[in-house]
Amino acid sequence: MTKFTKLLATAAVAVGLALPAVAQEDPFQIGYVYVGPVGDYGWTWTHDQGRQAVEAAYGDRVETVYAENVPEGADAERVMTQMILGGADMILTTSFGYREATENVARQFPDVHFEHATGYLDDNSPSNVAVYSARFYEGRAVMGHIAGHMTESNIVGYIASYPIPEVIRGINSAFIHARQVNPDVEFRVVWAYTWFDPAVEADAAQALLDAGADVILQHTDSTAPMTVLAAAGAYGFGQASDMIQFAPAPRISSIMDQWGDYYVRRVGEAMDGTWAQSNTWEGIADGMVGIGEITDAIPAEVRASATALRDAIAAGTYQPFTGPINRQDGSVWLAAGETADDLTLATLRFYVEGLTGDIPN
Amino acid sequence: MIRLIKRPTPSRGWIVATPVLAVIVTMIAGGIMFALLGKDPFEAIRIIFLDPLFDDRFAAYSRPQLLVKAGPLILIAIGLSLGFRAGIWNIGAEGQYIIGAICGAGFGLAFYPSENVLIFPGMVMAGALGGWAWAMIPGILKTRFRTNEILVSLLLVYVAEAILASAATNWLRNPDGAGFPGSRNLSRHAGTANPELLANTGMHWGVVAAFIAVIAAYVLLNKHVLGYQIKLAGQAPRAARFAGVNPTRLVLLCLGVSGALAGMAGLFEVSGPAGQISIDFNVGYGFTAIIVAFLGRLHPVGILLAGLLMALTYIGGELAQLMMGIPASAIQAFQGMLLFFLLALDVLSNYQIKFGREAVT
Amino acid sequence: MIDPITLITALIATSTPILLAAIGELVVEKSGVLNLGVEGMMIIGAVCGFMVAVGTGSPWLGFVAGMAGATALSLVFAFLTQVLLSNQVATGLALTLFGLGLAALLGEPYAGIIPPPTSDVFPQAMHAIPVIGPILLSHDIIIYLSVALVAATWFVLKHTRVGLILRAVGENHDAAHALGYKVVRIRVLAIMFGGACAGLGGAYLSLVRVPSWTEGMTVGAGWIALAIVVFASWKPWRALIGAYLFGGIAALQLRLQAAEIGVPVALLDASPYLVTIIVLVVISSDRSRAALNAPAALGRVFHATS
Repeated sequence: MTKFTKLLATAAVAVGLALPAVAQEDPFQIGYVYVGPVGDYGWTWTHDQGRQAVEAAYGDRVETVYAENVPEGADAERVMTQMILGGADMILTTSFGYREATENVARQFPDVHFEHATGYLDDNSPSNVAVYSARFYEGRAVMGHIAGHMTESNIVGYIASYPIPEVIRGINSAFIHARQVNPDVEFRVVWAYTWFDPAVEADAAQALLDAGADVILQHTDSTAPMTVLAAAGAYGFGQASDMIQFAPAPRISSIMDQWGDYYVRRVGEAMDGTWAQSNTWEGIADGMVGIGEITDAIPAEVRASATALRDAIAAGTYQPFTGPINRQDGSVWLAAGETADDLTLATLRFYVEGLTGDIPN
Repeated sequence: MIRLIKRPTPSRGWIVATPVLAVIVTMIAGGIMFALLGKDPFEAIRIIFLDPLFDDRFAAYSRPQLLVKAGPLILIAIGLSLGFRAGIWNIGAEGQYIIGAICGAGFGLAFYPSENVLIFPGMVMAGALGGWAWAMIPGILKTRFRTNEILVSLLLVYVAEAILASAATNWLRNPDGAGFPGSRNLSRHAGTANPELLANTGMHWGVVAAFIAVIAAYVLLNKHVLGYQIKLAGQAPRAARFAGVNPTRLVLLCLGVSGALAGMAGLFEVSGPAGQISIDFNVGYGFTAIIVAFLGRLHPVGILLAGLLMALTYIGGELAQLMMGIPASAIQAFQGMLLFFLLALDVLSNYQIKFGREAVT
Repeated sequence: MIDPITLITALIATSTPILLAAIGELVVEKSGVLNLGVEGMMIIGAVCGFMVAVGTGSPWLGFVAGMAGATALSLVFAFLTQVLLSNQVATGLALTLFGLGLAALLGEPYAGIIPPPTSDVFPQAMHAIPVIGPILLSHDIIIYLSVALVAATWFVLKHTRVGLILRAVGENHDAAHALGYKVVRIRVLAIMFGGACAGLGGAYLSLVRVPSWTEGMTVGAGWIALAIVVFASWKPWRALIGAYLFGGIAALQLRLQAAEIGVPVALLDASPYLVTIIVLVVISSDRSRAALNAPAALGRVFHATS
């Protein structure tokens, strides 16, 4: 640079520093990377609701962009990089499968903040990556509790997606709490091997109903099972989104993914300069997991006990995985009063005692 | 009345002009579509076609990405084009891609943590072998039992996806990965990595293989008797039989080659850009390659250019999503339009258009 | 254990969208045209049917709209392949690509909405009749229509002049043209029929089976329909069996899981496809049958030179 240019640059910097209010002209740009379409009314839709919450909270101070249906791997890396080259200061990646891509790009752009949903950190993770997830199993505890009460055939159906720890955790949590209120209840699990396929989900729901179930829980995202349940007069629970259009029956409650508060908080910290790497796993207490309205189709006592359970979890006085709990093979997992730690829960790969059936391998 | 009169030989002028014309017409039609969506059509077209190549903010990053995206498409499409020319329809390249990736990755991981230089070539061969074997299933069924290869190869894609889900969640799962699905990261381990060979060009071994395949296919089709047989079998099957072409050998060869190339493409992708075997690392290259093969008119050089063009629409499309909020579905419709117009205008190279009634002679 | 009656009842509903698309494509292929764009037409049918049903409150108008939308899209294919003589495989794939994108665009405002319900044909009381009740009497009208369509297609193809002409065009279009039949017109009509059927199948998916609209909701049903046409050796009743077999295996594997029968799940997941391949091999290895059924002119370009 010539001396004159350097002078100009210094002057510009001085002016910039002297006018902090004006320096905010450039909005803080946030990029969202979605694994599915916003219109799925499930997983991606809830993250997009969170994005809109950020826009509502900060108005002109932020600008958000998003890309949908981004495949995991090289495409994700490219999308993230392009967002950053286009001016993004913060990137949120909303699928476990984006882990490698997120860490790779984070290493190349140490000044950008990254939030990776449902990911995990290890010793090699760069310091500008934070991970976050929701304690969905807390929601499933409440759903399981309701299911245990509401089933008359004592068979509860579960539409599962893939045999990964998150799904196994949910099954275990729901089962434990169903058994607590109904010692005779059985769970039947069907593995759909998809997160979203309305036809398969409807078939799975029908298969479970035909096998004798009259309450269905699902870890897949579409509303297809609801229609099947409505025709059969059975009960089910909303997943990811509230599915309120199916209330008061068959949807008698729901687990809602609520990312808005977390996003608003983290964006605020990034703008303030107080953002730091973190491993956030929040549940009902912090509002990340919402329990949808428990409808009138459920008798008042059950509603009351379910609400009490939810409140206890929210208050921290009750942890869904509290012993005595044994593994499926009979060996002791948690002693009386002992609670499971986060690491064990995050890597859970076994069923608890009482669950028949095997985890596919 | 429009009449089409076949040209004795395809018009060389139109063969070159048609793709250019098709791109221009697509720009116009696509622009209209974007305008109907409320977006500035000129800006959208510029972002899709020009920004990845020339824009200051993105081009230095996007240009090499063109090769990353186009590499597997070209490699698979070259293999497919040989079969398509001979009338052998391998629609299941996606399945061969997946199986090749699994075989190659499995081979490499079996020797972990060794960094022996022979491992990577071994992986490439294992990948080619896996893809070849998967393509042999429809091949043998067609030659022994006259089963239609479109159907079998297509159905085997679903079977391959089921095997992939099993591999990622179970037998290829990373033992150090905290129970989460997905194999070890291949691209970050020296023994199994498929690195970028020249910095900032996006050129990895898969891209090199694609270029070699283009040259090899060109030589095969134009200088080798086998290429002559392939072309003859497609255009005049009975004449081909009289000329001594062994149909069984041809079917097995074409399916085998396309399977091997697709398998290699899968291996290169999984050890490079994608990084690991995961439940859905496959993003549809096997199907997009079919489009690339036709866009390139089944000609090696044409496929090279078509692959680059397709990659440009993908990368430009991503940019359009980020910069203008154009939905991903609009980009997909845009790509469909491009193919439509190319196919429609292609008639000009093979036929003359005349208006009016034919004179009675 | 698994109840065969509920299994059969379930598989009929599961298989119907695929059956509808398959019957349409069967007629198209019998006329000598290979249209790989079934998936694109199905999803356009699904979104058009959904939009009109929600907008007008009538599922019947929705079904009609679904058929109309898919037919319109099939006309693009017809124009490109029959008038401009483009390659059928590539054009079909372009149709799928375009159809998927366009449907997602059109359907964006409709996520999460419940469409007006479609009623069953026979009263609820009749559903309770043992065996016959659930299997034969508990369905909505589209299901009965699909079976009627199979029967009608079989009859027209085998016993009417129209069917004979269609088959002639598919076997040898040059000879048919020499005999004075309008090859292009017949094929265009066949393509439109295929579009209407695929559209109805897609509309059934979004208005009855799920029922709601989501991007990409056909999830490969169109490809399965194509497979079933070949599986059926281009014979309508075989298409019915093929569709029901496929749907049946898919329904069965879920029930096997629900009944906790210990077959590895990955194997069960792939079973519909594996079984289809095996049955296909058995059928096509029967020399006397297979060679006679594929329309000889399938996929070849027809260009009148006189």
